[in-house]
Amino acid sequence: MNLVLEVEDIHKSYGDLEVLRGISFGITQGETKVLIGPSGTGKSTLLRCINGLTPPDKGKVWLDGIEVTDPQTNINAIRSRIGFVFQDFNLFTHLPALDNVRIGLMRVRGMKKKEATELAMEELRRVGLADKANAYPAELSGGQQQRVSIARALAMDPKLILFDEPTSALDPELIGEVLEVMIDLAKGGMTMLVVSHEMGFARSVADEIIFIEGGKIIEEGPPRQLFASPKHKRTKEFLHKITELYGEYREGRS
Amino acid sequence: MTSFFEFARASLPALLEGTTVTLQIWVLCMSGGTILGLLLALGRVYGNKAIYALSTGYVELFRGTPMLVQMFFIYLGLPDIGIVLTAVVAASIAIGLNTAAYQAEYFRGAIQSIKAGQMVAARSIGMSKAQAILYIILPQALRIVIPQWSNEAILELKFTSIAFAIGVPELMARAEAIGFRTFRYSEAFVVVALIYLALTTICAQLLDMLANKVRIPGLGMRG
Amino acid sequence: MIWRILIREMPYLLDGTLVALKLLGSFISLGFVIGIVLAVMEVYGNRFFLILALMIERFFRGVPAVVLLFLFFYGLSHIYKLSSFAAATLALGLRSAAYQSQIFRGAMQAIPSGQMMAAQAIGMSKFKAIRHIIIPQAMRLAIGPWSNEFASELKDTSLAYTIGVVELLRRGKYIVSYTHGNTLIVFGFISIIYLILTRVGNMMIYHFEDRLWVPGFERRGG
Repeated sequence: MNLVLEVEDIHKSYGDLEVLRGISFGITQGETKVLIGPSGTGKSTLLRCINGLTPPDKGKVWLDGIEVTDPQTNINAIRSRIGFVFQDFNLFTHLPALDNVRIGLMRVRGMKKKEATELAMEELRRVGLADKANAYPAELSGGQQQRVSIARALAMDPKLILFDEPTSALDPELIGEVLEVMIDLAKGGMTMLVVSHEMGFARSVADEIIFIEGGKIIEEGPPRQLFASPKHKRTKEFLHKITELYGEYREGRS
Repeated sequence: MTSFFEFARASLPALLEGTTVTLQIWVLCMSGGTILGLLLALGRVYGNKAIYALSTGYVELFRGTPMLVQMFFIYLGLPDIGIVLTAVVAASIAIGLNTAAYQAEYFRGAIQSIKAGQMVAARSIGMSKAQAILYIILPQALRIVIPQWSNEAILELKFTSIAFAIGVPELMARAEAIGFRTFRYSEAFVVVALIYLALTTICAQLLDMLANKVRIPGLGMRG
Repeated sequence: MIWRILIREMPYLLDGTLVALKLLGSFISLGFVIGIVLAVMEVYGNRFFLILALMIERFFRGVPAVVLLFLFFYGLSHIYKLSSFAAATLALGLRSAAYQSQIFRGAMQAIPSGQMMAAQAIGMSKFKAIRHIIIPQAMRLAIGPWSNEFASELKDTSLAYTIGVVELLRRGKYIVSYTHGNTLIVFGFISIIYLILTRVGNMMIYHFEDRLWVPGFERRGG
């Protein structure tokens, strides 16, 4: 089995505060893993360590066998193969949706406009927003913006997509459309690492859930195991609190 | 004693010649000044310690001293070290260097007002810092800065009048010449004042139209 | 050699600086008073006052400073002979009024309309409300932009050179002419004096802003 992502003993501190204290795990091709845990435990930081936006203090990251954390590596090339979906979308404000999706292809990959446009339109279709190709981010709802940002990540043909709380900044009624896209992706075989509180999502598509608290992995395992018979008390407590707060995910829009 | 209108009409040819020189200087100094200002701003936002210090020093110097002093310095002072310039060139350079300092601050403000997430997103799809600045940051910053840039442009148009002090035959100088010749100073300067009013109003309108053409919904433009 | 001359002439130059500062003081105060009046006319006046004020503002902001200086000095000369200092004060003062009124107008319009309503609700006349409630708040909001304007006008005093006011710059030029050269150094020296003036001026304004500060008003990062 092909190990797409390997993370070994990641440590990261902000000043005196050590947020990551030795995280290690791996993701094989086609797997979807969901990171859960209390806020502020460095889950977002971990994602940023993986694509080099925030280099770790200690530890290594490998993408498809290439060491990301090696200072000699061309980090821009690596980043173009890892998709990143942000909590507050971060669509390029001055570009319409189509251009947002296409700019990476044209400016980073050097593709010609015609080819890039075709590919970009395909991705927009995939997330259901082909008709909004010429709309500016300010003219789109939060859910639509997030879907465009997923299309932007997909256009780069990534080996792995990182999702940093993709639905936390969305109004409740818009969450569904984004989760649908993510579920389709997971079922279609995309390798994904998702930080989220959406337990329904985790339950339905995650191959494994990783529970992080206090900078360390407390427990990891298939959803069945964590939800039905968690090994640790902390896991149980956290899951209980979370399901109470966020509710269950229902199929389709509510 | 001819009427005011006749006087105005008779002076017009000379004054229009002066206006041409005024506009020449204006276009030169605005183009050079904008490019330099942008570079200075980039230096202050993204540069290393040395570049930051140099850019900041430049900005402080040119914003802290009067335009007229800068003009004299360049036209009358540089010959001391062997650099002799014609009055028109000296004036254009002086005004250009001056506007660059002010524009550097406007550009810097605009760049820093862009959410950090834009740069992060650009890096995360694999763009280098330079690519991110070129394709993502600058297109937005340039739009944000338009109201202040327009103001600055109008201001510099008026500043060209200072060039008369070093002998440039622009609009103000011509008015002085006419006044000196005919002793009808008040009328000469009233005509010139009206011409400047017309120029600034027209330019303000044109710049407004330009701003509307490049508008993008959601790209915050501060007035 | 030139340095010794400069040091010897320091009192002369400093006197020129004083002239410049006196000029600045006069015309900025003139501008302040007229500026407030214009701003009030624009925000609270009826249509007639509004248009009048706007026209004045338009004229004095659309015409370059040197043209105004010449207009008031040479232009008015057959109606009334003004000294160059007086002409400069008038010309730059009215121009300053136009710029300051814009700043004050912006500050006044930034004050929530509820303030005026509350003032009137306790029985204040519009005039009283403006004087006791609006203006004190507007002044605090205006300090930021006003300090920029101040620095600008400090440098504009050098323009009075063109109509013969013997301020700092003109004195510098005199030194250049009778020492036959060393233009670069003398002007460099003059520039440094201006730099110091603007620095000190800004510091004083920051200090003033600090003393005026009241909780609830955002302060510029001082």
